[in-house]
Amino acid sequence: MKPASFEYIVADSLEMAAAALAEAGPDAKIIAGGQSLVPMLNFRLLRPSILVDINPIAGLAFVAETANAIRVGALTRHHQLETSPVIARHMPVLSCAMTHVAHLAIRNRGTIGGSLAHGDPAAELPMMALLLDAELHVAATAGKRTIAARDFFLDALTVDLGPDDIVTEIALPKLPPGTGWGFEEVARRHGDFALAAVAVTLTVSDGTIAQARIALTGVGPTALRAETAESRLIGHPLEADMTSSAIDAVRAAIEPETDLHASADYRRHLAGVLTGRALAAAWRRASASAA
Amino acid sequence: MTKPRDIAVRVNGNVHQAAVEPRLLLADFLRQTLGLTGTHVGCEHGVCGACTVLVDGDSVRSCLMFAVQADGRSVETVESLGSIGRMNALQQSFHEHHALQCGFCTPGMLMTTTDLIRKYPLATDDDIREGLSGNLCRCTGYEHIVKAIRAVVGKSGGVR
Repeated sequence: MKPASFEYIVADSLEMAAAALAEAGPDAKIIAGGQSLVPMLNFRLLRPSILVDINPIAGLAFVAETANAIRVGALTRHHQLETSPVIARHMPVLSCAMTHVAHLAIRNRGTIGGSLAHGDPAAELPMMALLLDAELHVAATAGKRTIAARDFFLDALTVDLGPDDIVTEIALPKLPPGTGWGFEEVARRHGDFALAAVAVTLTVSDGTIAQARIALTGVGPTALRAETAESRLIGHPLEADMTSSAIDAVRAAIEPETDLHASADYRRHLAGVLTGRALAAAWRRASASAA
Repeated sequence: MTKPRDIAVRVNGNVHQAAVEPRLLLADFLRQTLGLTGTHVGCEHGVCGACTVLVDGDSVRSCLMFAVQADGRSVETVESLGSIGRMNALQQSFHEHHALQCGFCTPGMLMTTTDLIRKYPLATDDDIREGLSGNLCRCTGYEHIVKAIRAVVGKSGGVR
């Protein structure tokens, strides 16, 4: 299939992009990397009358370190994030997750802001934004605002963005010392969307878990944090009964669906198994960093 | 039909100027406007990898990019690698290891591998398989493709 006709507007500034979107109304779409959008255009699942190409906007592709956070520009390509030394040093869990995002040719072109704005229920980046308590910066004609990742993902392919909102960057708070991580994903083939994936950070202090974060994707309409599972771990070392208690809480928190690739039961079982493995890896890394 | 836009794209070293509709995919621009039919179009939604080309040196799916987005940029297709009787090392290795049968996936395999070798050490055969996971081949079972790439990566030394 080929896309239906559309008007094509090249924006070289945020102001110009926002103005073009505001003028065009809800029938316009932003194109950045296009790695999710263009397949939908090719299949004519979407037929926007106007595409606003934001790729030429300068200054939106960066990974920068501040005192308390890592800032990532919305036009940063997946491969840039995957190979960023700043991310590798401060958030190796994110470096690891990025290697699971599609394939090199997709990662070369796909953008961080685009993936978050698309909000695919089985993609890695929404899960990582939730895990890392990301704050999204959004520009619109009305001005700028910030949204916490936990408030951003509303439903499958549905996020808290208006028609002229443009994600400009995300800020990821640095992780406390003594934090270990785990990342586990099962997909039909490497790079495919996750049947289930789990990302974990554990911050260990004096031999017990001071902070736990568990995020999942592929097991419901949006990525999610397993907050009950997290709270069960606080104040304890990671022993077998703690792990199984967290796994039970994860399996109770998710709402996987049956589709062509896997049954809901399989996904629920898998999410628990992967949670156990990710917790073990995070505990091992946190303990090693404390030693 | 939307008004055509003028673009200038460097393809395999030569600048081509054309007026194209915004909805024209880069893959169709290469094949139909320029007649470079080495780039193959399989699934048209980024799954099969057959249409992979390099844009400014990075592998991309030419079915997931519009020709207008290549304006001012440099594109390399499989035609840039070599020719019959003058194949490059990777093409020669595919030939020697019987890494193709019908040949449909081969241009995408070659362009993907060209980028993979630049960006990853490909230390193990699993790394090669992972790198090729976005390129479908329905003939070979991938075994000979992995062997062909292994031979080139092993030979070139510096990338290991």
